[in-house]
Amino acid sequence: MADIEKNIIAGLTGLRDWVDARFPLMQNWNEHLAKYYAPKNFNFWYYFGAFALLVFAIQIVTGIWLTMNYKPSAENAFASVEYIMRDVSWGWLIRYMHSTGASAFFIVIYLHMFRALLYGSYKKPRELLWLSGMALYLVIMGEAFFGYLLPWGQMSYWGAQVIISLFGALPIVGDQLSLWIRGDFVVSDVTLNRFFALHVIAFPLLIFGLIGAHILALHKVGSNNPDGVEIKKNKNAEGIPVDGIPFHPYYTVKDIFGVSVFLIFFFAVVFFMPEMNGYFLEHANFVPADPLKTPEHIAPVWYFTPFYSILRAVPSQLGGVIAMGLATNIFLLLPWLDRSPVKSIRYRGWNFRCALIIFVISFLTLGWLGMQAVTPLYTWMARFFSVLYFAFFLGMPFYTAIDNDKIVPDRVQG
Amino acid sequence: MSAFRRLRNKFVLILLMLSSGTVLAAGGADLMRMEVDLSNQAALQRGAKTFVNYCLGCHAAAYMRYNRMGQDLGISDEVLKSNFMFGTDKVGDTMTIAMRDIDSLRFFGVSPPDLSVTARARGADWLYSYFKTFYVDESRPFGVNNLTFKDVGMPHVLWQLQGMQHLVHKADEAGAHHTPTYEDLKLITPGKQTAEEYDQTVRDLVNFMVYLGEPIKLKRGKIGAWVLLYLFLFMIIAYLLKKEYWRDVH
Amino acid sequence: MNDKDHNIENSDIKDSHINQGRRRFLTTAATVVGGAGAVAGAVPFIATMTPSEKTKAIGAPVEVDISKLKPGERIIRKWQGKPVWILRRTQEMLADIAAQNEVVSDPNSDASAQPGYAKNEYRAREDEYLVVIGICTHLGCSPNFILKDDDNAPVIDWKGGFSCACHGSRFDLAGRVFKGVPAPTNLVVPPYKYLSPTRLIIGDDSEAV
Repeated sequence: MADIEKNIIAGLTGLRDWVDARFPLMQNWNEHLAKYYAPKNFNFWYYFGAFALLVFAIQIVTGIWLTMNYKPSAENAFASVEYIMRDVSWGWLIRYMHSTGASAFFIVIYLHMFRALLYGSYKKPRELLWLSGMALYLVIMGEAFFGYLLPWGQMSYWGAQVIISLFGALPIVGDQLSLWIRGDFVVSDVTLNRFFALHVIAFPLLIFGLIGAHILALHKVGSNNPDGVEIKKNKNAEGIPVDGIPFHPYYTVKDIFGVSVFLIFFFAVVFFMPEMNGYFLEHANFVPADPLKTPEHIAPVWYFTPFYSILRAVPSQLGGVIAMGLATNIFLLLPWLDRSPVKSIRYRGWNFRCALIIFVISFLTLGWLGMQAVTPLYTWMARFFSVLYFAFFLGMPFYTAIDNDKIVPDRVQG
Repeated sequence: MSAFRRLRNKFVLILLMLSSGTVLAAGGADLMRMEVDLSNQAALQRGAKTFVNYCLGCHAAAYMRYNRMGQDLGISDEVLKSNFMFGTDKVGDTMTIAMRDIDSLRFFGVSPPDLSVTARARGADWLYSYFKTFYVDESRPFGVNNLTFKDVGMPHVLWQLQGMQHLVHKADEAGAHHTPTYEDLKLITPGKQTAEEYDQTVRDLVNFMVYLGEPIKLKRGKIGAWVLLYLFLFMIIAYLLKKEYWRDVH
Repeated sequence: MNDKDHNIENSDIKDSHINQGRRRFLTTAATVVGGAGAVAGAVPFIATMTPSEKTKAIGAPVEVDISKLKPGERIIRKWQGKPVWILRRTQEMLADIAAQNEVVSDPNSDASAQPGYAKNEYRAREDEYLVVIGICTHLGCSPNFILKDDDNAPVIDWKGGFSCACHGSRFDLAGRVFKGVPAPTNLVVPPYKYLSPTRLIIGDDSEAV
């Protein structure tokens, strides 16, 4: 027995060496896992990057399988989705995984971004890490928008109609631009066809590339941590950060545990509440697209609603579009707006802490407002919280500069 | 250029509609409530029978196959053919109605909609309320109107069972405009069924339509329970594994 | 990974009291349970690619009316998307079949695919009617039906049968493959039964209960 085991191990080692002579296998393994030193004090918030990667994988795999039966034409799209739900064995599971995955992607990414706000992960030297992450976020928003048209229900149709019309609000080029995006005078079969191409090929490739860049950027500068201390500043004689531990096995086993917890939530939704009361799958989307009749109440899917609220809060059409565009893109400026020398909220003063709390409340309230039919009260609320939303960013250079920051320790704590 | 303008105007119109506050989701608060129960196979079979007898004459359920319904509801192919199928004899067929170009009619917005996923679009409470709130209204083409779906273009196909309700206006204190509510409906002409029997018929029908909207609903919870059980087990192992390795660090 | 692989160089990592047995056991348990989950998770994805209910419904048994079929005539019907030939054979055709037992490679259909009731000289339930799937057993082309005196007869002394244009396989009027051609076995007979003397159902041979 022992001999056989020894032979197998010798064989595998031989194979590994054979590959290694031709491909940087162990080099990459070490660089990104076995000898990538991550701070030892990651907490709950540090799971969401791994979750995002997992959801991306789920979306890719279920997406490939959905395209095997989905038909990207105005004539057949709605029917083909119901065909997947009923006639294709296990098609319902794959479809629900994909639809739940779309929302899960945004939940995970929002929490991942919030983590960066909490611990200042966007600050020097991680500006490019932050920018690549923001690019990912924007591309994934596009991906979700294209994908939402594909079931060709009423919400798909009118949601696309409204969003594309936003471009029509731009001066001079607006009309031509929205016409170009649709490829038709209204959202039609032509639009569906191109959105399908963008959803299943172009944007997934972009996301894939950006994820690569994001991880490479991360591994170049090293992970931040809840204390916001650069672990690379404290190295031992061998040049290894004293507060670092190899990603593998410590964070691989930790992430495996995290993933198992995440999957419990994920599949609880998939199997027990795939519609999530109309938040993940909207009721009106079970009515086939009808270009002649707008549903009584239209709202974007929940992950777009904060920005939709800001759009509606501005009385002028063009102004609303500009405000919405700014609201989604202003995150890009964070590394340069934040003037505090301190990264982590643990050592920041109350200025930033209060600002962050107000920002989160504003974001959530705007999200909720975006799902409601507008009343005068709600409009004023949306305006109020839109102002707070922007104040968080625009005021940042001032309130962080005079913040009462605490002294950051040299080593990570705990 | 006018096409673009019109589109842009349409967009503005949508915003205006939303901001006017008049367009809440139809009747959300005041629907009659109904508990959906898909566990009773006999009830689902009764609902299926009502559905094929009363609905399938004009509406289709083009995404649903007869034999899928048979397998899910415990109806044999023979019984399906003799009691449930009228337009076709192939049990693998979908519930379409012959001689109708659904698409072209759909475009004009007046054809009876396909009912495959109606329960998912409208919800059980809405359907339940809808079937119970037809009333006599001579101004309408079919002589009936509906409190849940105002000015609906459909006759009250279940009237022989329910009988006919009338809207009995209560004297309003202000004497002014009175929006009719469900309490204002009164059964004047009795039908073949008592009120309790008709209520049961409607419940069965709605339960069936909920099933029809998502056939896998009968099973996915059971499958899900096993999946979650497995994941709990795996989570425990993963936790112990993580704990074991992290002894090195702590 | 090999336990020696993760070099524990870190000052905070103490390897003094590592319980290797427990660690190995938990790693194996996680691998086995996780692997089983991954396999189970793959099942729906594989199952998705099997024929759907729609496909099965389209491939359902097909009823064929043969009352108007004249002797010597063949009709083609689609079952499961495949061409099914129904040939009404004349007495002369049947005699020709019987005369060719020596030149076909599997005269008794021992190596060929057909239901038990069609494993006989004429490969049919009723001698008069041949029901076969019109797909060559070589590489899946559909052979041509060529009568006895046809100018296009593929060989001299052709007694009528089916000839495949793709690779030259030939079959007699019972769908039996001739010797010396690429096709290995006789044409496949689908399951079928008579609903009445003039009505066939293809794809269903269940006995009436």
